[in-house]
Amino acid sequence: MKMSSLKAIGFRAVRSLVTLLLCVTLVFVILRAAGDPSEELLPPETPPDIRQEYRVQWGLDRPIVVQYLNFLSRVARGDLGESFASDLPATELVMRAIPKTILLGGSAFLLATLIGMSLGVTAALRHGTAVDRSLIAAAVLGYSMPVFFLGILLILVFALQLRVLPSSGSSSPVHLILPTITLALPLAGRVARFARTATLEVMGKPFIRTARAKGLGQLAVILGHALPNAMVPLLMFFGIEIGLILSGAVVTETIFAWPGLGRLLVDSVNMRDLPVVQAVILMITLIIVLSNLFVDILHALLDPKVSLARTLGGAG
Amino acid sequence: MRGSITLEELTVSFNGVRVLHGIDLAIGPGETLGLVGESGSGKSVTWLAALGLLPPKAKVSGRVMLNDRNLLDMPDSKLTGIRGGRIAMIFQDPVSALNPMLTVKRQIGETLALHRGLSGAAIKAEAKRLLDLVGIPDAERRLNAYPHEFSGGQNQRVMIAMALAGQPDLLVADEPTTALDVTIQAQILDLLALTQRETGMALVLISHDLGVVSQVCDRVAVMYAGRIVEEAPVERLFEHPAHPYSQGLMGSLPAIDGPRRRLTAIGGTVPDASSLPAGCSFAPRCAFAETQCHEQIPLLAGIGRDHSVACLVSEAQPSAAIRYSRQKEQRIEA
Ligand SMILES: Nc1ncnc2c1ncn2[C@@H]1O[C@H](COP(=O)(O)OP(=O)(O)O)[C@@H](O)[C@H]1O
Ligand code: SF4
Ligand SMILES: [Mg+2]
Repeated sequence: MKMSSLKAIGFRAVRSLVTLLLCVTLVFVILRAAGDPSEELLPPETPPDIRQEYRVQWGLDRPIVVQYLNFLSRVARGDLGESFASDLPATELVMRAIPKTILLGGSAFLLATLIGMSLGVTAALRHGTAVDRSLIAAAVLGYSMPVFFLGILLILVFALQLRVLPSSGSSSPVHLILPTITLALPLAGRVARFARTATLEVMGKPFIRTARAKGLGQLAVILGHALPNAMVPLLMFFGIEIGLILSGAVVTETIFAWPGLGRLLVDSVNMRDLPVVQAVILMITLIIVLSNLFVDILHALLDPKVSLARTLGGAG
Repeated sequence: MRGSITLEELTVSFNGVRVLHGIDLAIGPGETLGLVGESGSGKSVTWLAALGLLPPKAKVSGRVMLNDRNLLDMPDSKLTGIRGGRIAMIFQDPVSALNPMLTVKRQIGETLALHRGLSGAAIKAEAKRLLDLVGIPDAERRLNAYPHEFSGGQNQRVMIAMALAGQPDLLVADEPTTALDVTIQAQILDLLALTQRETGMALVLISHDLGVVSQVCDRVAVMYAGRIVEEAPVERLFEHPAHPYSQGLMGSLPAIDGPRRRLTAIGGTVPDASSLPAGCSFAPRCAFAETQCHEQIPLLAGIGRDHSVACLVSEAQPSAAIRYSRQKEQRIEA
């Protein structure tokens, strides 16, 4: 690996840390700006002496700067208080939900990439034909369909009418099917549209003509010359999509009673279970920042032109 | 086994608009042919069509004969053996013509693997030899560099190395120096002439610059609006340009050591391919045009040894007087 990519990766890691710090600070500010946290964090019927004890225990009687530093160190240690709905540590609830969301998000991502990429590339290679036009139409239908509508439609058809698939829960792999499709289809539409544009753009580049002029066949040109060039924009696109998948997961998990982060968030908001809400938000932030860092590292490894100067000047 | 390549009645249309109107051109083994004409006259399309490199919307007809086989009838799977192996092509802007994501070793190596069956260490050794040959300093180390780490001129050298890698019978160089600095242009032309002599391959040099072509080529074909309007050995063309358009090109050539200019010294512009004049395409710009020029399309016809021209008006051609007197003599003898 080259020195310049190492530097670029180092820079991006630092930038991710800063982003995390900003998000944690934002959560702190919003919580404090909303008033005395003990009012929010404790049930209303808490007696005043316990409330005071709680304030001392969590340092809420100290200066705001000390509180901020304490908050930071607690976040760093993963100590975000206890859920008052279940008396379990908020972080533990989050940790239980994460694998479920990763399973759902990951399979939706794989399915969407598989469908979207093959349809998008096919449409591009048949540019301007009826195949192209129908694939575009399908993609638009896919990404303009609201997740809740798609989810309910699938439940109506497959769970209530045909009775072939379960509509809620997570007890078996079969339970994964409907939520995965619900989350994947709109994403597949966006992937297809993006892959089509990226393929069209790269296939029109002069170096593709050079590759054909040297005698490479269609497949070798696509895999050996077009794909490496489409990789970088594709990576950037996926980096942005991760956030969209997580927000789609909130709706999907709620519809299908899938016990992941999204459902936990909605439930704890409904119950005003603030420690858990706070923990879920921080965890989603961590996931997004880490996956974007991962995308950045891949970018630095893949693109021979990545340098520190570009990183500083570039987007992302 | 080196064969000659012949284009016969090569015609190309895009979306129903004909941009190439039947090109006939032959290149013998080891020959150097220059193809000149203003931008848009169809020079690139001619050779892209011959190699099947135009987008699918292009309608191509005619024949491209190599060893009694018509390339235009060949399935793509067969053509891939010809492209890069028998006929190689290099392009105007070397920076965008090379793949930015792949090392030069990989890009040269692909040709070596495809057309010479090399692999592994043999590819590396041969790629290094080729980079040495085209004058890339420190070739061994530069093998693993990417195109953006080279200058424009060096990238064109890499393109030439890549083309030579397939040991082609014919190299088509499409404006290989147009995107480069003037000093670098001369070096690349020298390199092309040198490798052409050393390998014995034939060379088609495409340029809008008659000066460039005359430095390297034996024979020149002048194109105008999708047709060849004159073809002659280079000295002959310079001494006796027979077509008014060629004469215009000569007139727009600066003094030997003066700055080189684009071919715009002839008044007017190239007609749009979708609205060509009924007769001779050059008629609107031609000082010699007569009534018949607006009605009849002139065909390319021989007017002497290896010299042909497509023009209806004999007075337009300075050399015509000589030709006509010779014909009269023959008639008297007969
Ligand atoms: N891909 C294409 N689609 C449509 N028209 C094209 C395409 N390529 C070339 N042409 C047209 O064909 C004509 C000849 O172009 P070209 O061969 O590139 O000219 P030259 O190389 O002599 O400058 C021009 O009128 C150009 O607009
Ligand atoms: S045919 Fe007529 S118009 Fe065309 S070049 Fe000759 S003299 Fe000019
Ligand atoms: Mg051209």
